[in-house]
Amino acid sequence: MKLSVSALNSYYGPAHILFDVDLEVGAGEVVALLGRNGAGKSTTFRSLVGLVAHREGRITFEGHDISKAPTHAIGRAGLGYVPEERRIFTDLTVEENLEVGRQPARPGAPQWSREKLFALFPNLAEMRNRAGGRMSGGEQQMLTIARTLMGNPSLVLLDEPSEGLSPKIVEQMAHAILTMKKEGLSILLSEQNLHFARLISDRSYIIERGRICFSGTMADLDARPDIRDAHLAM
Amino acid sequence: MSFYVVQFLSGLASAAALFLVASGLSIIFGVTRIVNFAHGAFYMLGAYVAFSLTERLSGTLGFWGGIIAAAVIVALIGVLVEMLLLRRIYRSPELFQLLATFGLTLMVEDLAVLIWGPDDLLGRRAPGLRGAFDFFGQAIPTYDVLLMVLGPVVLGALWLLFHRTRWGVLVRAATQDRDMVAALGVNQKWLFTSVFALGVFLAALGGALQIPRDAVNHTMDLRIIVDVFVVVVIGGLGSITGAFVAAVLVSELNAFGILIFPKISIILVFLVMAVVLIVRPWGLFGKPEAAARQTPGLAVQPWRPLSSQARLAFVGVLILAAALPLLGSNYALIVGAEIAIFVIFAVSLHFLMSVGGMASFGHAAYFGLGAYGVAFLAKLAGLPMIACLLLGPLLGLFGAIVFGWFAVQLSGVYFAMLTLAFAQIVWSIAFQWVDVTGGDNGILGVWPAALVATPARFYWLALAITALSVVVLRVLVFSPFGYALRATRDSGLRSEAIGINSKRIQWTAFVIAGTFAALAGALFAYLKGSVFPDNAGIALSVDSLVMVLLGGVETVSGAVVGAIVYKALSIWLVSYTELSKLVMGAVIVLLVVMFPKGIVGTFDSLIESGRLSFLKRGSSRATQTEGAE
Repeated sequence: MKLSVSALNSYYGPAHILFDVDLEVGAGEVVALLGRNGAGKSTTFRSLVGLVAHREGRITFEGHDISKAPTHAIGRAGLGYVPEERRIFTDLTVEENLEVGRQPARPGAPQWSREKLFALFPNLAEMRNRAGGRMSGGEQQMLTIARTLMGNPSLVLLDEPSEGLSPKIVEQMAHAILTMKKEGLSILLSEQNLHFARLISDRSYIIERGRICFSGTMADLDARPDIRDAHLAM
Repeated sequence: MSFYVVQFLSGLASAAALFLVASGLSIIFGVTRIVNFAHGAFYMLGAYVAFSLTERLSGTLGFWGGIIAAAVIVALIGVLVEMLLLRRIYRSPELFQLLATFGLTLMVEDLAVLIWGPDDLLGRRAPGLRGAFDFFGQAIPTYDVLLMVLGPVVLGALWLLFHRTRWGVLVRAATQDRDMVAALGVNQKWLFTSVFALGVFLAALGGALQIPRDAVNHTMDLRIIVDVFVVVVIGGLGSITGAFVAAVLVSELNAFGILIFPKISIILVFLVMAVVLIVRPWGLFGKPEAAARQTPGLAVQPWRPLSSQARLAFVGVLILAAALPLLGSNYALIVGAEIAIFVIFAVSLHFLMSVGGMASFGHAAYFGLGAYGVAFLAKLAGLPMIACLLLGPLLGLFGAIVFGWFAVQLSGVYFAMLTLAFAQIVWSIAFQWVDVTGGDNGILGVWPAALVATPARFYWLALAITALSVVVLRVLVFSPFGYALRATRDSGLRSEAIGINSKRIQWTAFVIAGTFAALAGALFAYLKGSVFPDNAGIALSVDSLVMVLLGGVETVSGAVVGAIVYKALSIWLVSYTELSKLVMGAVIVLLVVMFPKGIVGTFDSLIESGRLSFLKRGSSRATQTEGAE
């Protein structure tokens, strides 16, 4: 397994947010974590990369326990994180944003260069010297993914990559994610948009109130409309 | 005409040091979010170390090598400080960071006196630059020309560093979003340490370059830091260009202010700062902060009014305190009265800081104004004591109305820096306006009325006024006004949304706190029989902060306990050691790092954890997530 998570519990102050979350992502797999707003998708991701101060449980990435590792060491190990709120460095240009993400190539992980990323996201190629703050939401979403790929990760966490984007950009995004998969990248993405998730994912988990309540292939999920309707109001 | 040009050029030369220190402070703040109060101390150390090195090394190479080596040595000291102290407080509330670095400043001051002695040291002149240019009959020192060139050169070098190197790009990214930079695999520890080293290097270089111009002494740290705070408030914290423009502006205002108001040149700088703050509250080149961090905030437990037993206990303690004249000597009574006065002072700051969420670094301004108010009325107008005690604090009230209006426009570190600058203005006026205030000689002979002239009676008077003040402020905390104030502290936006005029509430709280501080100052004037500029000094402002901190920022009654313990301790300390600043600084640093809840806070959480031990984990984590939300 590329990434395996067992009995993950997370807390914000006195509030208990995640309850015994178990997850697995295999090498080269695209796995969707589905759930409503506030179900715990983002908190799961933030816990995986060490941005939630108080977390318990076991997280192994490529066989190493990273549950106590600091955030930067997790990034260095090749676990890339694309946050939902994008967190572009607005004062920095596109090129500079990519520079912050740059890390040496990693054996066994797909390698990315600026030019390769500009080919993947042609919109970015036209605005290399534009400040991150002067880009549209869709362009920022592309930049934040490109920035993480500059670190040559072997697995990326994509937190709601389709959120707030126009249908045309969503289509481009699905295409880009499929290209990433073809390169051999493992992907764990969170989504509320089942149609988008179905386009690109092999398997899915459903999270509700901080607990995993379903796990299976996309076909399994389609066979259970009751679960889909109960946990994923469309 | 040429005279004004020369005055202008001399201002530009002075701007160099100010810019170096201010840009270092800005760079450090940008990434670490710490306003490094100790920056003035590093500036001073740079000057001292450069003095020692250039005395020993000879020749042109020796001189310039000494200057650079001094900056590097001090930067290495900075690295140690960052690794040993700052790394422990990056997640602490900003008030604690300011206090810890202030504690460091106190320690450095005493250490500098121990190593280099208390006297002014005159450094070597720069070899080859001893002469002066002739400018239409006016002489401009060659060295000043070098400094004039240096400012823009450093500005350009910093720009290249931050825009043309990977390190610089990472620093700019971390300035905006540290966590995201970490998630991209960059080790922040290394980044923070290197940024701190660069900032300290710049400050120390600024200090080292001053030695051919100015005498080196152990007060240059506080002098520069106040100017630097003014510079970053005007220029915008975090902006290097802002630091440059504001450093030039402030230096020119000082250069020409001396011509216009020779006695109170600082007034001109103050007026400009006021205008900038009205037009652009975040400085000329600064950016509005998203949401300022909550000022105190470790683990907020709801405050409750005293139970009836606690009220009885309060009355009991008061009766015991009132019995002191039966047992104590006159000396004990004088100390007792002083402690009582400082209880008022600390409780007034607590009201502003813990209840209002506004950590003032210049609360002594109002204490000093109250003291001078009494002294003016008693000495110039010849009013009796009762009238003086009632009217004297009005000076503090007016001061708080004026300064408070500006201060509440800002929050967090800006608020702290601005209040400090205001206090320094009060101090400067008291110090410089010799005709009215007597300057350093102060105003003597402010004696209490015959009725309370014995130590016992004066002690009772102080105790009564203290008890009354504590009760009034406490009632205010639990009044509707107190609720509104606490609402604006906890969430400015939400309280605005339910119709609270938060700026006005904060302004009112500022004026109330200032008035009580002035009352304490008024009593203090009668206790000592004299008034001095130090009654508005930085040391006194910090004393009040430490009292509140020691007692427990987050508690309702901490300030009372803190004032009593701290004042007793410091009176004892001053009489037993020469190195009171070193000890006091170390106490402050230890307090912030090891004991941030204070006496009453620790006591409270002991009770809490004894009874409800399963809540322990939740409460201690509360701060870290405040920022995340």
